[in-house]
Amino acid sequence: MKQIFDVITSTCIPIAIDNCNTDLIIPARYLASTTRDPKFFGDAFMHDLRYTTDGQLVADFVMNQSAFSEAPREGVHEIIVAGENWGSGSSREHAAWAIAGYGVRVVISSSFADIHRNNLLNCFVLPVVVSPAFQQELFASIAADPQTQVRVDLPNQKVTNLATGHSESFDINGYKKYCLMNGLDDIDFLLKSKDKIEAYEKH
Amino acid sequence: MGKTLFDKIWDAHVVQNVPDGPTQLYIDRLYCHEVTSPQAFDTLRDKGIGVLRPQQIFAMPDHNTPSTSDAPLPVGAKQMEALKKNCAEFGITLFDMGSQDNGIIHVVGPEKGLSLPGMTIVCGDSHTSTHGAVGALAMGIGTSEVAQVLASQCILQQKPKTMRINIEGTLPKGTTAKDVALYIMAQMTTSGATGYAVEYAGSTIRSMSMEGRLTLSNLSIEMGSRAGLIAPDEVTFAYLKGREYAPKGEAWEKAVAAWKQLYSDADAVFDKEVTFRAEDIAPRITYGTNPGAGIAIDEQIPETGPFSAEELAYMQFQPGQRLLGTPVDYVFLGACTNGRIEDFRAFASVVEGRKKAANVVAWLVPGSWAVRRQIIDEGIDKVLEDAGFELRLPSCSACLAMNADKVPAGKLSISTSNRNFVGRQGPGARTILASPLTVAASAVTGVITDPRTFVK
Repeated sequence: MKQIFDVITSTCIPIAIDNCNTDLIIPARYLASTTRDPKFFGDAFMHDLRYTTDGQLVADFVMNQSAFSEAPREGVHEIIVAGENWGSGSSREHAAWAIAGYGVRVVISSSFADIHRNNLLNCFVLPVVVSPAFQQELFASIAADPQTQVRVDLPNQKVTNLATGHSESFDINGYKKYCLMNGLDDIDFLLKSKDKIEAYEKH
Repeated sequence: MGKTLFDKIWDAHVVQNVPDGPTQLYIDRLYCHEVTSPQAFDTLRDKGIGVLRPQQIFAMPDHNTPSTSDAPLPVGAKQMEALKKNCAEFGITLFDMGSQDNGIIHVVGPEKGLSLPGMTIVCGDSHTSTHGAVGALAMGIGTSEVAQVLASQCILQQKPKTMRINIEGTLPKGTTAKDVALYIMAQMTTSGATGYAVEYAGSTIRSMSMEGRLTLSNLSIEMGSRAGLIAPDEVTFAYLKGREYAPKGEAWEKAVAAWKQLYSDADAVFDKEVTFRAEDIAPRITYGTNPGAGIAIDEQIPETGPFSAEELAYMQFQPGQRLLGTPVDYVFLGACTNGRIEDFRAFASVVEGRKKAANVVAWLVPGSWAVRRQIIDEGIDKVLEDAGFELRLPSCSACLAMNADKVPAGKLSISTSNRNFVGRQGPGARTILASPLTVAASAVTGVITDPRTFVK
């Protein structure tokens, strides 16, 4: 799941659902795995909105529309533009595994739930917080032209709607940015701090 | 400037502040359940490392445990086997399925005195906020973070902002901690506390039982806050004294003296502060598919609110509709929200001398084996049985329907659990969140019923 981040330019999947909780991103019955198999979780991504209870495709759901149904690959559908408060509710990292497993590398929203945001970062998926105005402009651009490309430039912390040329800068702390750009995990950092942990325990 | 309760606990657990980065925070207690831990243990194996402090970690299956004597579903059994194997391999104490120590983590932790004031507590479960009720900083984390704690007893976290929610006054008749939480969520919205650690304070909280406080802290995540702290007081100390893992003798006296320092200083400044009046709170129900979409039980569904047309259509409700008298198909008493002894006492107080409505399927699921034993010791099981209810075995059960307790598509459930999300209690299931009193009143009438009709 480790990915080296630099600049990603891609078309997007617009999921304009506000307060989309992690139960919607991956229903509880798909938590029943003891592995991180990307295909298993990717197939379960947004499952109950993509399929009816008897397994038929829900034709009008955005991921099933011909303009957005192609699975992500380089430059195509690697970015989700999401409604506000994306990933609320359950802490299940399986939601981030589903997003990463589907092939998505960036989620853009006006706000993220705290636990899910951390989970995305730990799965090397970049959460990008933009203003509600910028988010709405992205939705409008994609609605007008599904081929609209967005550039997410992590080194310069800049996101650009290539349909309008408008850009916004986004926040990420220096530590996490370095980790993402170099494929480093938090756990590797923590393991190197053993002396500090032992010093803390003794104090 | 004084410190908030949150600041006191946070500051006492800083291992280091990473330059231009997060804080490395020491974790006193990690809980593991079977759903969000297998991949974390795999990470350790992949890296060839062990668990740093296994004695600070406790594990128990709860999401998949059956609430009947039936065998668990195959996928759940696999996850529970993995937990057992991982605990044996890494030397972690396991309260396994069927053992008298088992139950829902957020019920068992405080009940055994494993969750104590001043601690940092994490678990791969968003309702870890529950443990904040004892005066701990308790937060839900993801599986990668579970692996981090297993490996280093630390996590890397951005310091959240602080918010104090004050509730003042006496709660009206028939109104419980659950109603307080549902009221706050409706005022704050499901993202109103995102980015904050919340502290609950005020006279209403001070006079609330420990069980009530655990219910309130449990629901903090439903407004976006990962933590819901309550300063420990005599209620907390009385609840914890003598619990299996709580300090004993001299160590207890010393601990209480330290815990008495855990409060927000008078001059502490919060990033946000809001105050609600207890007298404004009535028994509440939700009507939508997020916990913030709620009303007082006798109110109409608003024309506009925190819901989309599709969400209300999923619930088969209309704007302007009143829900009192609406037939219900399922009732669920339990979950980490309302699976404690006080919740079963409340439910029994309403159904005593009455009969379960014929149209209703009722699942009464204690939050732990200890709760179940107490229900039986107090004779509550007899009251339930006489009223036509059956007491089941401890599990998360129909709260998220990972075991066999699934509400069928289209059926309406009134539930003491914490989430009314689309499909949460089973694909296509419709969920109304309410207190144990409201659920009990509805269970005996078969329709959504105001508990004040029954509560003396």
